[in-house]
Amino acid sequence: MYTKLFKLFSLQKMIHSLFLINCSGDIFLEKHWKSVVSQSVCDYFFEAQEKAADVENVPPVISTPHHYLISIYRDKLFFVSVIQTEVPPLFVIEFLHRVADTFQDYFGECSEAAIKDNVVIVYELLEEMLDNGFPLATESNILKELIKPPTILRSVVNSITGSSNVGDTLPTGQLSNIPWRRAGVKYTNNEAYFDVVEEIDAIIDKSGSTVFAEIQGVIDACIKLSGMPDLSLSFMNPRLLDDVSFHPCIRFKRWESERVLSFIPPDGNFRLISYRVSSQNLVAIPVYVKHCISFKENSSCGRFDITIGPKQNMGKTIEGITVTVHMPKVVLNMNLTPTQGSYTFDPVTKVLTWDVGKITPQKLPSLKGLVNLQSGAPKPEENPSLNIQFKIQQLAISGLKVNRLDMYGEKYKPFKGVKYVTKAGKFQVRT
Amino acid sequence: MSSNSFAYSEQSGGGEATELGQEATSTISPSGAFGLFSSDLKKNEDLKQMLESNKDSAKLDAMKRIVGMIAKGKNASELFPAVVKNVASKNIEIKKLVYVYLVRYAEEQQDLALLSISTFQRALKDPNQLIRASALRVLSSIRVPIIVPIMMLAIKEASADLSPYVRKNAAHAIQKLYSLDPEQKEMLIEVIEKLLKDKSTLVAGSVVMAFEEVCPDRIDLIHKNYRKLCNLLVDVEEWGQVVIIHMLTRYARTQFVSPWKEEDGLEDDEKNFYDSDDDQKEKTDKRKKSYTMDPDHRLLIRNTKPLLQSRNAAVVMAVAQLYWHISPKSEVGIISKSLVRLLRSNREVQYIVLQNIATMSIQRKGMFEPYLKSFYVRSTDPTMIKTLKLEILTNLANEANISTLLREFQTYVKSQDKEFAAATIQTIGRCATNISEVTDTCLNGLVCLLSNRDEIVVAESVVVIKKLLQMQPAQHGEIIKHMAKLLDSITVPVARASILWLIGENCERVPKIAPDVLRKMAKGFTSEDDLVKLQILNLGAKLYLTNSKQTKLLTQYILNLGKYDQNYDIRDRTRFIRQLIVPNEKSGALSKYAKKIFLAQKPAPLLESPFKDRDHFQLGTLSHTLNTKATGYLELSNWPEVAPDPSVRNVEVIELAKEWTPAGKAKKENPAKKFYSESEEEEDSSDSSSDSDSESGSASGEQEEEGDSSDDSSEDSSSEHKSDSESASEVGNKRTAKRNSKSKRKRDSEDGENENEKSKTSDSSNADSSSIEESSSDSESESESESESESRKVTKAEHMNYALSKKNLLPQVLYAFTQEKEKKTKQNINPLTKDVSLLDLDDFNPVSTPVALPTPALSPSLIADLEGLNLSTTSSVITVSTPVFVPVKTHVLLHRMSGKGLAAHYFFPRQPCIFGDKMVSVQITLNNTTDRKIENIHIGGKRLPVGMQMHVFNTIESLEPEGSITVSMGIDFCDSTQTASFQLCTKDDCFNVNIQPPVGELLLPVAMSEKDFKKEQGMLTGMNETSTVIIAAPQNFTPSVILQKVVNVANVGVVPSGQDHIHRFAAKTVHSGSLMLVTVELKEGSTAQLIINTEKTVIGSVLLRELKPVLSQG
Repeated sequence: MYTKLFKLFSLQKMIHSLFLINCSGDIFLEKHWKSVVSQSVCDYFFEAQEKAADVENVPPVISTPHHYLISIYRDKLFFVSVIQTEVPPLFVIEFLHRVADTFQDYFGECSEAAIKDNVVIVYELLEEMLDNGFPLATESNILKELIKPPTILRSVVNSITGSSNVGDTLPTGQLSNIPWRRAGVKYTNNEAYFDVVEEIDAIIDKSGSTVFAEIQGVIDACIKLSGMPDLSLSFMNPRLLDDVSFHPCIRFKRWESERVLSFIPPDGNFRLISYRVSSQNLVAIPVYVKHCISFKENSSCGRFDITIGPKQNMGKTIEGITVTVHMPKVVLNMNLTPTQGSYTFDPVTKVLTWDVGKITPQKLPSLKGLVNLQSGAPKPEENPSLNIQFKIQQLAISGLKVNRLDMYGEKYKPFKGVKYVTKAGKFQVRT
Repeated sequence: MSSNSFAYSEQSGGGEATELGQEATSTISPSGAFGLFSSDLKKNEDLKQMLESNKDSAKLDAMKRIVGMIAKGKNASELFPAVVKNVASKNIEIKKLVYVYLVRYAEEQQDLALLSISTFQRALKDPNQLIRASALRVLSSIRVPIIVPIMMLAIKEASADLSPYVRKNAAHAIQKLYSLDPEQKEMLIEVIEKLLKDKSTLVAGSVVMAFEEVCPDRIDLIHKNYRKLCNLLVDVEEWGQVVIIHMLTRYARTQFVSPWKEEDGLEDDEKNFYDSDDDQKEKTDKRKKSYTMDPDHRLLIRNTKPLLQSRNAAVVMAVAQLYWHISPKSEVGIISKSLVRLLRSNREVQYIVLQNIATMSIQRKGMFEPYLKSFYVRSTDPTMIKTLKLEILTNLANEANISTLLREFQTYVKSQDKEFAAATIQTIGRCATNISEVTDTCLNGLVCLLSNRDEIVVAESVVVIKKLLQMQPAQHGEIIKHMAKLLDSITVPVARASILWLIGENCERVPKIAPDVLRKMAKGFTSEDDLVKLQILNLGAKLYLTNSKQTKLLTQYILNLGKYDQNYDIRDRTRFIRQLIVPNEKSGALSKYAKKIFLAQKPAPLLESPFKDRDHFQLGTLSHTLNTKATGYLELSNWPEVAPDPSVRNVEVIELAKEWTPAGKAKKENPAKKFYSESEEEEDSSDSSSDSDSESGSASGEQEEEGDSSDDSSEDSSSEHKSDSESASEVGNKRTAKRNSKSKRKRDSEDGENENEKSKTSDSSNADSSSIEESSSDSESESESESESESRKVTKAEHMNYALSKKNLLPQVLYAFTQEKEKKTKQNINPLTKDVSLLDLDDFNPVSTPVALPTPALSPSLIADLEGLNLSTTSSVITVSTPVFVPVKTHVLLHRMSGKGLAAHYFFPRQPCIFGDKMVSVQITLNNTTDRKIENIHIGGKRLPVGMQMHVFNTIESLEPEGSITVSMGIDFCDSTQTASFQLCTKDDCFNVNIQPPVGELLLPVAMSEKDFKKEQGMLTGMNETSTVIIAAPQNFTPSVILQKVVNVANVGVVPSGQDHIHRFAAKTVHSGSLMLVTVELKEGSTAQLIINTEKTVIGSVLLRELKPVLSQG
């Protein structure tokens, strides 16, 4: 009674509770960092979900009479957090994504099954990540020292030796001001790999001209180096990078003054930087699409004909091409013949997917055929736009090039490697 | 739900209850966690049994299943007594799971929960900081009001803990206790005040969080910590950054005057954006005259800028809102790029960021205009994102880009997502009203849409056209006619109502059509929507007034229908209209004005952005997102008219905590500087560290602004210099940074001059700067060489100040003091004293032994990082002091015979280790006694006891014949004298070597007062005390001999003693930081008692054993 009374006038900041909800609306996990909030609070969420029709449209912030619900949608799961007072919503959203990332990291996937299978570890993780609703340890290396990720081998060993998955000393990273790296890393093969991955976001209009295009890139690193290496990575043409966001390990000032990435890396896989190539630069569009999609007036069929060809591909092969089209609702079925690859059409979601594969310039891949429409319904207003995925190995479309990687602080010679890939990001062709 | 759990239990099969051992092999498999969910109550019994078994594996298994139940939201409270028994389990995983359980159910079972409290109280004293911290966490999470006093005590203790991690947890506990018992507020504020002073980046975020929760109005607590927080910000963990930035935004709005120009606000800024550079400069100049930004204000803006590059969207948003709310308008522009970057993030982040951009774009179009295309909509975006983007596009539309935008909108209108298409039409309407050039184009386009097949599109177009026509009704008779025809086909009520209203409004312009429309509508009145019915009534009324001849009967018919309508709104309206328009004897004076009332000129609607009024909420907040005031929202106050006293942020001198900087120590001092005194020497070392700091780029401030920030600090420095340095900062603003620091240097030396001569009074006028330079040249002429070294010296001091103020040790007064002292020493230059002090210093400086510098092994930045690490672990009570100098005792690591010519010796330099604060530093000297090069010397396989860690030296490429090299490494011995065995390898061979630390080397000397010593000793009695009696000749009991002997054995610090016959020494263990107190008490008859007090009883007794023979022998 006492406590109940107090709760009335003392509200709590930050994250109060977390509910995990699957697609069919079951609450399959709940965690409270403060006093227990009834599951019924999620009814407001379900209400909003119903209203939104599409999962994508569920508003991330919902206000209820006593609480605020901030949710994210990841991998077919909703992470719904309960908040009681004013808080920067991005704070919560970012944190929830970090939780999902951690699950992904620990269990290989962030799915209902994985979470249920590892419910104890999930609980231990959530306990460590948040104290009283305020983030405590979110760095993966710290968490991994506190709670070891599950492996079959470890669980066998644990059962024999009686040791546990829980660390009993404070992770070294927690106290240092380089919390992302633990001390005493040791490898026999010292390796540092960098993947420069660029994605082209583009909107191409009907006539094939570019409405909007920009390049978004990331450099993902996989660093397996012993000790405390201090790396610096320099580019041939750093001025290309227009806007950059850094992993906390990067020394901002070095970048500001010399345009060199200088850092003591975390151990393992991490995203070093993400960048945008200045929009002033002309973006090379590696593919073109010839399309002819038409729906005949007053008839129950239409024509569908698309051809893909290479353009400005810098002499590299374009591979892994997939075309996805959200057809209008009135489309019943499609009878198509691809010259290459295979296609599927899902009559429920009306999504056409054409897995093309590689482009060979001698014979351009095309997909032709008829579209069956619901008879009687008016013909679709607009042609659907085509979403295209592709991949070009060994090429950074912006022309970004890593110049060199130097290591200080350790004496061994690491093996270094850089890989370039260009992909389609949000690449859309309007028809 | 239940089907799921059922599936799980089936999987686990029957083996679960019978074979506990087997089950433990699959602890993480579903059987462990979910086996229970086929729950019948008997199984709970089974769980109880498991919890009471002797085997940890069974207990663990039971706990895992219970946690599974909690996770599912099932009630497991009846197991409380059985679970709580295990709270003291040795197995850390069981313990943690019990904690989880306790926190969940303690509130419901308060009496039983109390049983666990003593366990936590004990754990709070545990040497392992993780255990201390987690005990505090759980203790404070148990919401049982009875234990409030215990919690309060625990928090107080933890807030003074040596470990910053424990202090961080103490900060979290504050909030928990406050929510449990708000009456503790005052005491909690005291703790917050104390923790705010903490220098650890780990604590900063959490304590500010606690501050925000408990006492957000006590802004006065922030003053003294403001600069420190600004400077630490970059190194704080990301979540802390968000909280601190939000708090500092509020702080800045109360403490600084507005940097925005008065009145002109938005328009002017937009103009600025287009104006040529020259114009802008002129303006800024003008502004400068009337307004100078407080350097602290500038500090905040400058130090948050790098965080725009954070990978954490919340941090970027926090900085963006800070810029938006407190920076000069001309600087806000830099945030747009980062915000646009966030748009690539996931849906939820996009949603929030777009909302904030929408609010910003209303006020400042210029900011986001260059990124117009980033807001183009893709067909795959969720609708809520699409509409927000559309909103922003509308806000950004202007004469220049409208044609591009309209083309883009055309695509959107055709979208399959009809909700979005409708929103687009509204947008077009808004553009049409806002930009008069395109009104006609838009209108035509919208009219075309009227023939669209989709009803929603048409309806929306009608509504928008209605609004547009209302603004310029005269020339659009045709459109109205067209729309009247649409009434036959359109079924959407809003659209029908709009058309009717439009016809009614313009009934005099379309005299032929209007009555006909009314006729049609009257026919179908009953089946219309309420909204439409109301408009039919209106239309009828208007026509009755203008054209009663044709429509009188029709209207009356409609009024009769309306009178009996089901909807009371319509019945009311009917009555009202009837009274108003149909003249009868009862109708009042109003009916005379009926025409005026119905056919009044109506103002055109303003098509406004829904984000128009959101700007009164702080950006980035929940309230802004919801557009309502959320509980606990703190208003951002308006800028004060007059700035509150800025001097409140000045920090008094804090005792200069000693910094250990390997680079600084190892650096050879310039002999000319050595005579300056001991304190000087220390500063120099920190100075060089600051050098490396700024090189490394990990520092928070920006290099080129160094001059600036030293300005700031000098302003704080002392009141005597105040007027002077104020003028300095003003002058400084106008100069480039370099020039600035140069002139500053001169001025500083001049300051000293003033003080020395005591005749000149410092003048604060602006014109003074010239006289300053003059006098400084004076001093140059006085003695050239000297003043040169002097000015160099001052720059150093400046550097130092900069570095220190960054760490917020801020010994500004010390700075002034140093200068004074400098002067004095300068006056008494005397070769003799110089020599003497040189000697003294050598005695005091144990690192004068030739030692290979660790510097090349570590990049400067790493040193800076490590240095921060050391800094954070110094506690307020116990400070590590300089070791007393003892002759270096070397031990053989590898004899040259067994090492095939490679000889290695090691010794303990008694310095805090640079590689880790728990490590003992070890220096190894390698000698090549062969006649050929030895190559690739490195450390191979390590065989360390559990827990021990070792930081090896870097591989030595080659060692010349007869060559010798000293390298340093760090070993964490875990406070034990266990041997560290490892292999010393060369290119060809590997040699097994061991380092066994003498117990005395596992310590670090500690400086404390006699009083503290006694207090600590009082707490370490009983088990923790060991003592022995020593017999020796009286000449061995002179103070100096005892000192000599004790420090030779152990690395302890001398505690000043008030009694002649008692000698005290204090140290702490390197690994755990436990105190080690040594007392030698002289008794009559050449005996003495040796007492050692320590928590680490094992080491204590070993040390006792080692000290005893040393002290007793002659």
